[in-house]
Amino acid sequence: MSTKNEKIALDIEAYLKEHENKDMLRFLTCGSVDDGKSTLIGRMLYDSKMIFDDQLSAAESESEKYGTTGEKIDMALLVDGLQSEREQGITIDVAYRFFTTENRKFIIADTPGHEQYTRNMVTGASTADVAIILIDARKGILTQTRRHSFIVNLLGIEHVIVAINKMDLVDFSQDVFNEIKQAYSELADELGIKNTYYIPLSALNGDNVVDRSTQTPWYTGKPLLELLDSMDISKEIKEEDFRFAVQYVNRPNLDFRGFCGTIASGSIKVGDEITVLPSGKTTRVKSIINAGDITESDREATTGEVYAPMAVTITTEDEVDISRGDMLVHTKALPRVSNSLKVMLVWMDESSMQIGKTYDIKRGTSVMPGVFEHINYKIDVNTYERTQVDALDLNDIASCKMVLTRPIAADKYKENRQTGSFIIVDRITNNTVGAGMIVDVAKREEETKVKVHREYTQAEIALNKYIRENFPEWNCKEL
Amino acid sequence: MITKEKLTHLKQLEAESIHILREVAAEFSNPVMMYSVGKDSSVMLHIAMKAFAPAKPPFKFLHVDTLWKFHEMIEFRDNRAKELGFDLVVHSNPEGIAMDISPFKHGSKVHTDIMKTEALKQALTQGGYDAVIGGARRDEEKSRAKERIFSFRDKQHRWDPKNQRPELWNVYNTAIQKGESVRVFPISNWTELDVWQYIYLEGIPIPSLYFAKERPVVEYEGTKILVDDDRMPKELRDTAKMEMVRFRTLGCYPLTGAINSTASTLPEIIKEMLLSTSSEREGRLIDKDQIGSMEKKKIEGYF
Repeated sequence: MSTKNEKIALDIEAYLKEHENKDMLRFLTCGSVDDGKSTLIGRMLYDSKMIFDDQLSAAESESEKYGTTGEKIDMALLVDGLQSEREQGITIDVAYRFFTTENRKFIIADTPGHEQYTRNMVTGASTADVAIILIDARKGILTQTRRHSFIVNLLGIEHVIVAINKMDLVDFSQDVFNEIKQAYSELADELGIKNTYYIPLSALNGDNVVDRSTQTPWYTGKPLLELLDSMDISKEIKEEDFRFAVQYVNRPNLDFRGFCGTIASGSIKVGDEITVLPSGKTTRVKSIINAGDITESDREATTGEVYAPMAVTITTEDEVDISRGDMLVHTKALPRVSNSLKVMLVWMDESSMQIGKTYDIKRGTSVMPGVFEHINYKIDVNTYERTQVDALDLNDIASCKMVLTRPIAADKYKENRQTGSFIIVDRITNNTVGAGMIVDVAKREEETKVKVHREYTQAEIALNKYIRENFPEWNCKEL
Repeated sequence: MITKEKLTHLKQLEAESIHILREVAAEFSNPVMMYSVGKDSSVMLHIAMKAFAPAKPPFKFLHVDTLWKFHEMIEFRDNRAKELGFDLVVHSNPEGIAMDISPFKHGSKVHTDIMKTEALKQALTQGGYDAVIGGARRDEEKSRAKERIFSFRDKQHRWDPKNQRPELWNVYNTAIQKGESVRVFPISNWTELDVWQYIYLEGIPIPSLYFAKERPVVEYEGTKILVDDDRMPKELRDTAKMEMVRFRTLGCYPLTGAINSTASTLPEIIKEMLLSTSSEREGRLIDKDQIGSMEKKKIEGYF
């Protein structure tokens, strides 16, 4: 800490220069209050100077009221946000916290660990690159460890740090550490988690959090913060993976028609041939604006090549029909287009999911009605057992068949987290009732029609006929 | 082929914020961006100007003027609106004006309730806005750490912290009924340091109140406040002393504490912030009334 402050005091300009080139890492912490999760986060924030004195003194006065650590300041109170949580001593909702080192800015998704808050953990996991799974050294792998690991893997997090906490309560025993490590690596293999890292910790005392602990001379790995700071989470950007969901059509005047959006993956350059999906029309990229390059004095700056995750505006050579919700891709590497998808669902609402009911599905920037035709199986997050069910309740995770009212260009979630994910919105309450991940995309010939069970009135049938006869270009189907 | 090229954290944050703004522009019929003249608003304005270039942002900018803002803020606001050509709407609570509400006479709570919370509700109701873009950050205050980027408000503009919509990936649920609205926070994931660094790198203009200067200040309710006009009670004004001060946040001058400082450039401000031992909201009298007071205010409708 003090060397950092010296650098700041001596040469702020050099310090700022260094910090311009930082990257960002988002991680999730899984565990409950009993595992010392809030304490660990409080420790990371405090030791990296993200907690200020006035916040500390507020926590001190609250420690007297709600604290559980006696004389010491309750680190957990520094991070538990809402008043009801402070009173109950539990973390209910996802909270986002931030700290920074010289190399990286970190965003922590701090989520509750109990089973009734599975949806909150799924929410936090959806944007994380790395997960820290806390294990109480005295207890080893518990049911909740299996649950947390399952969710982390389901949401596509490829790096898992297993933080074996409360080592002070097992005399920093290497044997205990090794036993838990062995047991967890079997679990990781069972789930298919790619990269695992193990650290012996005491969040309460700060062992192996920021600095290497003298209590664990047998541990040769990095302390937690150093590991987070140095781990390589970058992915190759492959040009052909280009996916661009059109978000907004920018048409300030007749001479300019730009398609705004954020590049989900891959890269694109001026002159590339692109295909608009689902229509299948093709054109070429005429010009590209990288919004980040725009300045007050140059509001028309263009660039030659852009890549994920830039927010850009693309114009095309030809006047093809492109609107919000369409996907632009390289013509040479087309994804599958279908309205029939095999998906994994996480149900997030108190009212249960019904087969055959129409929901709004928002994937990327497109919203369309869809139904779940069939539940293949529900999976138990603790035992990984599969069962047959007819409906899904809050926190249920299941494999389903989803049929949309129109086809979309879709990728598998494990290949593309941006284009392979969607949320489910109730059409009456407007609540986000579920989240889904695409597992497989049916080929065109296997596409199924949405089975809508409704009776039409005479007036509706007449309207349909009128539209078909007078507006054939609308391609309206006969009822 | 580009391999392993990465955006810096600021460019990633910027891209995320642009994505959010475009989502608002595409999905809502009558969005508005809150413009409070401070550094966070300056960053949001800058990002909005980028997101829709070469066009201008397709929404209005709303300033709720409590009539007790620093004079320089109002000048700065009007200049920026002229330079950039954005569509500025200013609202003050007419009932508050009729009552001649003053933080000195009525206290911070009454002033904030009437001139800020009520005024905001009036402006939003009158404008009929269905999406209100604000510059709140999650690192500012504990209750904000849990708020969504697209944060639902009922017809009375109230926030229900225990019943928030799950928010996953970068897929935002924008569905609402008529009369309901969302508050959208595009710079949720920025920290105070990110904001300052971005201002520095991008050369974004901010009011000079952020920079240290000799200014007349008085001791008031435990902090130093600026003598900005003669509505300050005379007995208080008579205690004024010239001191080198600056402001870490900008708001109503009687409610915004100055800090002693010599930081007169951006790098010096950042340096001071990094070496400081108190949070930026410390100078704000509004947060300290009671534990969880910001959470209470938000439930009542204060952004």
